[in-house]
Amino acid sequence: MKIKNIIITFVSAIALLLSTSAVSFAKVVGDKIVLGAAVSLTGKYSSNGVHTQNGYNMAVERINSMGGIKVGGKTYKFDIIYYDDESNPKRAAQLAERLISQDGVEFMLGPYSSGLTKAMAPVTEKYGVPMVEANGASRSLFTKGYKYLFAVLAPANLYLDVAIRTAVELNGGKGVKIAQAFEQDAFSQDVRLGILDAAKDTGSEIIIDDKLPKELNDMAATLVKVKQMKPDVLVVSGHTKGALTAIRQISEMKVDVPMLAMTHCDAAKLSKQHGKNSQYALCASQWHKTLTYKDKWFKDGMTYDADFTKMFGYAPPYQAAESSAALLVFKDAFERANSFDQKKVRDALAATDMQTFYGNIKFAPGGQNVSKPMVLFQVMCDSAGKCENKVVAPLKWASAELIHPIPKWSER
Amino acid sequence: MDFMVFQYPMITVQACLDGILLGVLFALIAYGMALQWGVMNIINIAQGDLVILGGYIAYFMYLYGIHPAWGVIVSPIIMYFVGIGIYKLVINKVVDRDLFISILATFGISILFMQLMNFAFGADVVLANSGYGTTFLFDSNVVLPNSKIFSAFVSIVFAICLVIYMKKSKLGRAIRATAQNARAAKILGVNTEKVYAATFGINAALCGVAGALISITFTIHPYMGLPYTIRSFMIVIVAGLGNLPGVALSGMGLGVFEEFADYILGTEFRIGSVFLLLVLILVYRRFKLSKKREYLK
Repeated sequence: MKIKNIIITFVSAIALLLSTSAVSFAKVVGDKIVLGAAVSLTGKYSSNGVHTQNGYNMAVERINSMGGIKVGGKTYKFDIIYYDDESNPKRAAQLAERLISQDGVEFMLGPYSSGLTKAMAPVTEKYGVPMVEANGASRSLFTKGYKYLFAVLAPANLYLDVAIRTAVELNGGKGVKIAQAFEQDAFSQDVRLGILDAAKDTGSEIIIDDKLPKELNDMAATLVKVKQMKPDVLVVSGHTKGALTAIRQISEMKVDVPMLAMTHCDAAKLSKQHGKNSQYALCASQWHKTLTYKDKWFKDGMTYDADFTKMFGYAPPYQAAESSAALLVFKDAFERANSFDQKKVRDALAATDMQTFYGNIKFAPGGQNVSKPMVLFQVMCDSAGKCENKVVAPLKWASAELIHPIPKWSER
Repeated sequence: MDFMVFQYPMITVQACLDGILLGVLFALIAYGMALQWGVMNIINIAQGDLVILGGYIAYFMYLYGIHPAWGVIVSPIIMYFVGIGIYKLVINKVVDRDLFISILATFGISILFMQLMNFAFGADVVLANSGYGTTFLFDSNVVLPNSKIFSAFVSIVFAICLVIYMKKSKLGRAIRATAQNARAAKILGVNTEKVYAATFGINAALCGVAGALISITFTIHPYMGLPYTIRSFMIVIVAGLGNLPGVALSGMGLGVFEEFADYILGTEFRIGSVFLLLVLILVYRRFKLSKKREYLK
C-alpha cells in the first residue's frame, strides 16, 4: 500500500512539473513569435496538408531572412509549432486546445479544409486567440459571428459564380440552362449555394441538380441526363474525386456540353492524369502564378512559383500560395498593432488592407477576404498533347481567350 | 423522386446495361468473399481494401508506361502472395474461433491497410487510363465505355476459369471437401491448413483482378474500399454460399438496382440504397427463418 502511495505521489509530481514547464513555452520566446498550427500530415487530406505546411514554412523562412517582424523597436522572427491532426476534426479541436492551454500559443494558423477549420474555430474563439486561416472557404465559417477568425481566401460560394456570369454574358445577357452535380459536403454545398444565387441573379434555370455521395466514383446517371436535357453549362464540384470522375466519364461517354466548370482541377492534376481529355474544362482557382499582384517578400506569382519549385521540388498549387499569404498578413498585423496583446493584434488584423503576391487582402466583418476575386482557368492542350492551365476570366488577368463553346467530341 | 428513367426507353436500356456491366464486376469480388466464407467461415471486412490495393498495382504499372490492362494478370499474382501473407500472419490464428473474432481481426486489417496505402501511395485520387474507346448502340442513344465492357468480360473469364479449376483440380476438390466438412477432410488426409491458405490467396487474387479493373473503369483512393466490402457482403447474403450462378445473378441485380436508385432517388442515395436493401433482405430472411422454425415445431 505504501509503495503504491509513493508511486502515485511521484507520478503526479512529475505530471505537475511537466504541465508547468509547458506553459513557460509561450507566445513570444526571446526573439521568436511562436505560432501554432495543426495540419493534416496523415489521413485523407495529407497531400493538401503538406502543401499547406510547405506554404507556411516557405513564408516563415522568407520573412525571417528578410529582416523579420519589428514590434516595439525590437526585431522578432516567426516560429511554428506543428501537430498532425490526422485529417480528423475531433483531433483538430483537441490539438487547438492543446496548443493554446499547454503550449501557451497565443496566435494560430489554420488547418487544411473547411471541416477542420470549423472544428478549431470555436476553440480559438473561446480563448480569444487570433487565427489566420488559408484553407477553409465554407460560407458557414463566416456567418457565426467569430471575432478572431480571418481567412485570406475567397469564400466557397464565389468559386464558380464567375463561370455562370461568363456563360450568361456569352449568351447575350440571357439566362442559361444549368446542370449541376455537387458532393454532399460543407464545401461543395456552399459552392452550390453560390450557383443558386448566380442563377437567380441572371435569370438562369437549373435543370439538373444532383447530389453526389462521399464515396462517389461513378456519375454516369447524371451524365446520361445531361446528354438528354442538353444544358448550356455543366457544373461539377466534388473535390479531386469529382473532377477526375467527371472528366473520365464525360470523355468515355462522349458527352457534349458547351461549357464545363469545376473545382479542384489543379489538386487533381487533371491535365496530367487525363491529358487531352481534360481539354476545355474551366476550373475555379484562388490563385494562379500569372496574376500580376505584387509584394515585397515574394515579388510576384511567377517568382513565387520558381522559388517554391526550387525549395520543394514541385510547382505550388494555390493551397500553398494562400498559406504563405497568411504569414504575410500576420506580420503586417503585428507591426501595425506594435504589440503582442491578442486584442490589439485582432483589431489590427480586422483593419488589414494590403496587397500580397497572392492577391489583395481585406477582411469583411465575418472574417472572409472580400477583395480578391476567384479566377477561372481553362485547360488548353497543343497538338502534341501537352496541356497547360491558362487564365481566361476575369478579363483583367486573362492570358488566353476563352474557347467557347467546347467543340463536340465528334469534331475533335 | 424523378421518373425520367422510365420516360425515355433508351435511358432505361442504358441504366440496365450499365448496371449489368457493373454488377458482373461486383459479382467477381463477391465470389471471392463467398468462397472464403464458405471454406473458412470468415467474413472478410478487408475485402474492399484488398480490391483497392490490387487497383494500385495496376495504377503503378500504368505510371511506368505499361498498359494497365496487364494489371489483370500481374495484380492477382502479387495479391495471391499478399493473401497468403495475411493468412500466415493473422487469419490462421482466428480461423477456428467464432465469427465475431474473425470480423474484428479483418476489421483491424482493413484499417491497417487503409492507413498503409495512404502512407505509401498518398491521399490523392488516382486512375489508370486504358485508352479504350466507346461503343455506341441504338443510333448512339446508348453509350457504353469500352473499359466497362472490358472489365465485365475479364470478370466473366476469371469466374469461369475459377469454376473449372474448383471442379477439376486437386486443390479445387480439396477446397470443396474442406468447405463441406473440415474435420472429415482432415481425417481423409487433406492438409486443411494449406487449403485455408490457398483459399485466402485465391480470394485476394480475385480482389486483385477486380481492383485492376476498377482502376481502369473508375477511380481509386485509399479510403474507398468499404463500399466494395458492403456490396459483396450483400450479394453473398442474397445468393447464399457456394451458389455461383446465384452470386452472378444477384451481382447483376444489385448493379441494376443501384443504377435505377441513382436515377429515381438521386445519386446521393446510390450507396445508401444498397445499405437499405441489405437491411430489408436481412429482415426478410429472418422472417422466413422464423416461419420455418415454427413449422419445425
